[in-house]
Amino acid sequence: MTTIERPAYKVIGSRPVRPDGVEKVTGKAQYAADPRPQGVVFGKILRSPHAHARIVSIDTSEAERHPGVLGIVTAADFPQAEDKVQDLGEGAVNLRELSDNILASEKVLYRGHAIAAVAAASPHEAEAAAQKIRVEYEVLTPVTNVLDAMREDAPLLNETRHTKMMGGQHSERPSNIAAYNQFKAGDADAGLAESDLVVEREFTTSMVHQGYIEPQSSTASWNADGTITIWTSTQGAFVVRAQVAEVLRIPVARIKVIPMEIGGGFGGKIPIYLDPVAALLSKKSGRPVKLSMNRTEVFEGTGPTSGTVISVKAGAKDGKLHAVQATLRYEAGAYPGSPVGAGAMTMLAPYDLEHVEIHTFDVVVNKPKTSAYRAPGSPAAAFAMESVVDELARTLKIDPLQFRLNSASKEGTKQVTGVPFARIGNEEVLNTAMTHPHYTAPIEGPYRGRGVASGYWFNGGMQSSVVVAVNPDGTVNLVEGSTDIGGTRASLAMQLAETLSIPYDAIRPIVADTDSIGHNDVTGGSRTTVASGMAVYQAGQDVIREMSSRAARLWSVTPEDVSYEDGVFHCLKDSTKELTFKELAAQGARTGGPIAGRASLVARGAGGAFGTHIVDVEVDPGTGKTTILRYTAVQDVGTAIHPSYVEGQIQGGVVQGIGWALNEEFVYDENGRMLNSSFLDYRMPTALDVPLIDAVIVEVPNPGHPYGVRGVGEVPIVPPLAAIANAVADATGHRFTQLPLSPRRLIEELDGGD
Amino acid sequence: MTRTHVETRLNGVERDFLCEPRQSLLEVLRDELGLTGTKEGCNNGNCGACSVILDGRIVNSCCVLAVEIEGQDLQTIEGVAHGDQLHPLQSAFLDEAALQCGICTPGFIMASKALLDREPDADEARIRHWLAGNLCRCTGYDKIVRAVRRAETAMEEMNA
Ligand code: FES
Ligand code: FES
Repeated sequence: MTTIERPAYKVIGSRPVRPDGVEKVTGKAQYAADPRPQGVVFGKILRSPHAHARIVSIDTSEAERHPGVLGIVTAADFPQAEDKVQDLGEGAVNLRELSDNILASEKVLYRGHAIAAVAAASPHEAEAAAQKIRVEYEVLTPVTNVLDAMREDAPLLNETRHTKMMGGQHSERPSNIAAYNQFKAGDADAGLAESDLVVEREFTTSMVHQGYIEPQSSTASWNADGTITIWTSTQGAFVVRAQVAEVLRIPVARIKVIPMEIGGGFGGKIPIYLDPVAALLSKKSGRPVKLSMNRTEVFEGTGPTSGTVISVKAGAKDGKLHAVQATLRYEAGAYPGSPVGAGAMTMLAPYDLEHVEIHTFDVVVNKPKTSAYRAPGSPAAAFAMESVVDELARTLKIDPLQFRLNSASKEGTKQVTGVPFARIGNEEVLNTAMTHPHYTAPIEGPYRGRGVASGYWFNGGMQSSVVVAVNPDGTVNLVEGSTDIGGTRASLAMQLAETLSIPYDAIRPIVADTDSIGHNDVTGGSRTTVASGMAVYQAGQDVIREMSSRAARLWSVTPEDVSYEDGVFHCLKDSTKELTFKELAAQGARTGGPIAGRASLVARGAGGAFGTHIVDVEVDPGTGKTTILRYTAVQDVGTAIHPSYVEGQIQGGVVQGIGWALNEEFVYDENGRMLNSSFLDYRMPTALDVPLIDAVIVEVPNPGHPYGVRGVGEVPIVPPLAAIANAVADATGHRFTQLPLSPRRLIEELDGGD
Repeated sequence: MTRTHVETRLNGVERDFLCEPRQSLLEVLRDELGLTGTKEGCNNGNCGACSVILDGRIVNSCCVLAVEIEGQDLQTIEGVAHGDQLHPLQSAFLDEAALQCGICTPGFIMASKALLDREPDADEARIRHWLAGNLCRCTGYDKIVRAVRRAETAMEEMNA
């Protein structure tokens, strides 16, 4: 662990057991599919078998007569949603499109698009009844590839959509290109012309899925008083509440969302799919309704991340990156909103260069509407950029990490948006990687190679709200509204323990429902430990202020005469007077009632962070299989609150990146049918496919956070794609520009190259 | 649909239930017996979230019909700890931070238990091979493998 300028902490940096741990290792923790309110019945969704079709008619009469059916819902049951855009934290949505994505009204835009839903006494009956709904389609030609969709003669997903250009103008012709944007600095043409070496390449990545192990599930009860209770799997209960309210046109005050433990999300559990449908089925059936997806529905009907085609032309001068021209084309899926902008804003973050020109296209295709996936937009862009940087360095015979150091961005470097970086740890990360024993060890043997790559993510801020209640025995309830996907109860409790100078064990973190705490944005964008951490810090300060005034009352002095240090309140006027936190906590009733603190904020000052990865691979030229021999991920996290969970985030992100690089892809036939919608055929890494992952933590504290936290979860998925492709290039002498580097692709290209 | 009567030994206790012949063991555990600790990730044998131990063998409960377990001994995650006494595997998963979201954890603990019950000193390669039927999307497996090794050491010390 490389640590820079860090104060001495007592709790931060230790590795306690997480508060929700025992429930999760004993099977007691309640996830979304687990609650069974009394009288619960089961729903099933009918989905489109076509990738692109007009819905001519829907006939539910036969299904209604199926024994045991309690209610059927179609888009006709939704009120007309407003054509307006709402920000969900990790991406914005148009509410009418959101509504249409939940249940299609006029057209189906991808195979698996939901059309209707049935509630029945058992899941089997619901499924049988759903099959009896008759839908008449006018089948249209689908377009499932970004380049095909951009052609002028492409079939249009929406005949009224025109390309939104910079400055708010729209294209004259209707188009599948939903938006075009550009970023410019210096003069890229001139910069390339004066470069010593220019490399130009085009890269392709496939649509990939977050692959969370828990399928979406929602249970809703439309209560007799007109309120709705929803138990669901989400990264943000308040965002579910807001979306359901908009889609159903009912006030948020009537909706209570209870966030269950969440079995993985990675960005994919921000949009809603099931919740309003379960609510309407409950209204019709008069019973609570549980609606769960199966794995095929998750693949075909929820938002993965974009497939992309990215062209990069980059020039090096004097051993540094000098000029870059790039065009990024991202599939948005059925409705606009790919993360292409984030791709453009992150791909050059590791570099300080003068001449930049980036063009971005957000393109709709007949595939599921994409949603966020860990550092949305960044991995594919980094795959392209970091591959080209590798080629520049190798051709110039400069060590690829040295080349990056020569060109490294630092505090004050202007980003492509023109905004200069605050304090960042890019150089520290590169230096740590260069001197790491992995990098200095030789790599030998035929078909073995080493690759490196860097990656960046902004990290999140946004809204958080917490309440801290001090119990008479000196323990503390920490009530928060950020769902805990990977140990944030622990990371928030630790920050509160640090702030209050009390033991970690004295804190009980509670993830509250939407009736019980103020608004909290989603757990996403690596924001929770950062932003809710800031709120926790401020609420802790609020508690100390309150308790100081209680002590002042007991000692008949002013609050200014009370100091708090190491868990003890001291009277500055009389050094014999002191009270521990616990002793004073017991005095609540005598000094003015229960003691509590709170904080609500919009977090600013989120600190961007960099990672640099080193990977050794071995390629089997006979089978095309790539084996990961060794993997080291170096990352600046600002401050590691709980190092084990920081390492875990890094290791998990790396392994998702390994899957993306080597095996994962959505495979479609010409009719737009996904051919591999199971975990057998969509091949995610298993324990057997990966080695131990060495996570090296660098700590360059974020000046914008009381404990220097930057956020961890997003960055580690950014570098692996390019690092592995660079290693394979080193091993085989062949530069691969298309992901995944599956055995088939390797064999084809290597044999073709002979 | 007619329901079939099934007798079994569930987490050490004689137990019987009624189920439809088409219901999987996973479905019966969760929907009929209220044992929701066993998780569903795919319902077709590819993720291991539903792992249980049947007569000493690890099986995917989504791929077993509930009527098939007549007369067999079934262990689920709910039976692994004794009161507030965690199994060494459970403690090791906590100490090593081997879970993030935790949805895969019951399956991994059952699969690891089935391994350690018969091979208490399995090495890393063996553990990885054995656990290849269980998917975890959060941890990258590093800490899970370390947790299983830690449990081996703890169990060895307990038996010494
Ligand atoms: S749910 Fe049984 S193997 Fe996935
Ligand atoms: S901890 Fe989330 S899937 Fe394993």
